[in-house]
Amino acid sequence: MNIHEYQAKDIFRRFGIPVPPGDVATTPDEAERIARAYGTGVVVKAQVHAGGRGKAGGVKLARTPADARAAAQQIIGMQIKGLTVPKVLVTPAADIASEAYAGIIVDRASKRAVFMVSPAGGIDIEEVAEKMPDKIMRLPVDPRYGLLPFEASRLGFFLYKENAKLARDAAKIMRQLWQAFLASGGSLAEINPLVVTTGGDLLALDAKMVIDDNELDRRPDIAALRDETAENPSEVAARRANLTFIKLDGNVGCVVNGAGLAMATMDLVKYYGGAPANFLDIGGSSNPEKVVNALRIITRDPNVKAILFNIFGGITRTDDVANGIVAATRDTPLTVPMVIRLTGTNEEIAVQILQEHGFSAMTDMDDAVQKAVRLATGGKAA
Amino acid sequence: MSIFIDQNTRLLVQGITGRDGSFHAKQMMEYGTCVVAGVTPGKGGQTFENKVPIFDTVADAVAATGANTSVIYVPPPFAADAMMEAADAGLALVVCITEGVPVLDMTRVYPYVQDRQARLIGPNCPGLITPGASKVGIIPGRICTPGSVGVVSRSGTLTYEVVYQLTRAGIGQSTCVGIGGDPINGTNFIDCLAAFEADPNTKAVAMMGEIGGTDEQQAAEFVRAHMSKPVVGFIAGQTAPPGRRMGHAGAIISGSAGTAAEKLDAFKAAGMGVAQRPADFVTLLQERL
Repeated sequence: MNIHEYQAKDIFRRFGIPVPPGDVATTPDEAERIARAYGTGVVVKAQVHAGGRGKAGGVKLARTPADARAAAQQIIGMQIKGLTVPKVLVTPAADIASEAYAGIIVDRASKRAVFMVSPAGGIDIEEVAEKMPDKIMRLPVDPRYGLLPFEASRLGFFLYKENAKLARDAAKIMRQLWQAFLASGGSLAEINPLVVTTGGDLLALDAKMVIDDNELDRRPDIAALRDETAENPSEVAARRANLTFIKLDGNVGCVVNGAGLAMATMDLVKYYGGAPANFLDIGGSSNPEKVVNALRIITRDPNVKAILFNIFGGITRTDDVANGIVAATRDTPLTVPMVIRLTGTNEEIAVQILQEHGFSAMTDMDDAVQKAVRLATGGKAA
Repeated sequence: MSIFIDQNTRLLVQGITGRDGSFHAKQMMEYGTCVVAGVTPGKGGQTFENKVPIFDTVADAVAATGANTSVIYVPPPFAADAMMEAADAGLALVVCITEGVPVLDMTRVYPYVQDRQARLIGPNCPGLITPGASKVGIIPGRICTPGSVGVVSRSGTLTYEVVYQLTRAGIGQSTCVGIGGDPINGTNFIDCLAAFEADPNTKAVAMMGEIGGTDEQQAAEFVRAHMSKPVVGFIAGQTAPPGRRMGHAGAIISGSAGTAAEKLDAFKAAGMGVAQRPADFVTLLQERL
């Protein structure tokens, strides 16, 4: 789960990390009022779950309250990478002497949480890793001991070799960041940039955290940070129905059980010259209700020109899926053609249910995908 | 012959009285798996299906029954503890089916299990099956048939799809292993490839990877350097957008890393067969057997 910069800053603040003050505005009026209260120049920053805000025009410097209002007017409601910006963070502009990077990720290769710090801050850390690998220090944390004080110190001195006070302050921030990361169930925590102000203090000027979805059940306070206004509406509806759904640009709507098969189905749509409209996994033990919800979400997308079911019944009972298809289309008849492929557990019953209601079912994945692509493209592909 | 499980597997089921655990314990017994014990804390002394004794702790179950393998169907908040309990009780093989285990839990489980020299498969996996001998997990038995192709995959239903197509084409399997779709798991592709290479009854390997991470790239390098048996690979997620988790916690392209294209290139560079779609496994394996 993504959380906003201002939410990550709230968490960081709670663990003692120095972050600049800031308030959230959902209207230009509010932004103006906040800027006036600070009485200084401010930065108006889009709160949106997408990278590259700055390049997209989602971060603006405002010298006066009127400027802040104008900036908020432009930013709130703008689209960044397909997502609508629901709010902005208004924060006093800082005088920056230097910028560094500090972050924690979960590294799959070492199977540990790994600190990454770099004195080259403010830019994409992947870029630094590629172009200046010696400017990055990586430090895997042994989960049995956590971040040890000497390790935090090594990170601090790597960033500020010339200045023992800054190095020690940075070491403290590393320990605080580690605690914030653990306590929130993070899969990523990032300060980029970590700045030294012209006054000589360290400040976490930007904050980013990604929470492991699997942590949310045991951390209701963190789960409550979810901002559904910042997410794709179809994906919100899918999550509420316990489905995994990701919207794509194509026109073949896909309903599949299992993530691997769902990806393979999308790939096969492309292989036969079509384009998938979505990733949708109805999960292992799908009841008819899930199928009803899945069809509802898919048919809401006006791009969808054909619907493809690909169900491999292992634990999933294909008759459950067939009943779901019947129930969903009884309430709202489809306006686009549908191709159903199902095989496995209770296949004979499923086929019978479908036939009784005027549907036909296929058993071969390739045949079904080709047919769906043909229907979606009006016969131009596959 | 096979890898990891065979007719000598003596299985213990952690969470045997739960909804999933009881359902699949019955399925495994029907398949012929030697299920010797169940564990549910507080239900020690009862029996499952009038056949299998239930214990409060894994240590008790192992002492009483000589179980050598455990399969775990406990809910995500308790799964990490269940894996560590199984490893601590001396089980050589621990298979965790549970989906939704927090990744920070897995950073602690992994070294714990390693220190006790247990092999962990999963979490978030369908388990494994040696057709005709033993099934540990949830892979449907009837889609498999005994034979000489080793199957290893990060996915569940995609594995079933491929195995089903192989079986229909008359290509049997030595062992099918689902290693799971999480970013940190106990057993990776290389572990399985090395075991298949050493197994005299495996003649070729079918490998199904997906986007995210570098496990497949390292596996390809292992195939090039250490394998005499042919390997055919597939990568799911060629149409997946970057930065989005495709259902599996580990199936995500981070920045520009972990794409299907780079994994497929690694397969080609290692001289592996490359399946463009699941159906290609049949022809590519037939050519190589």
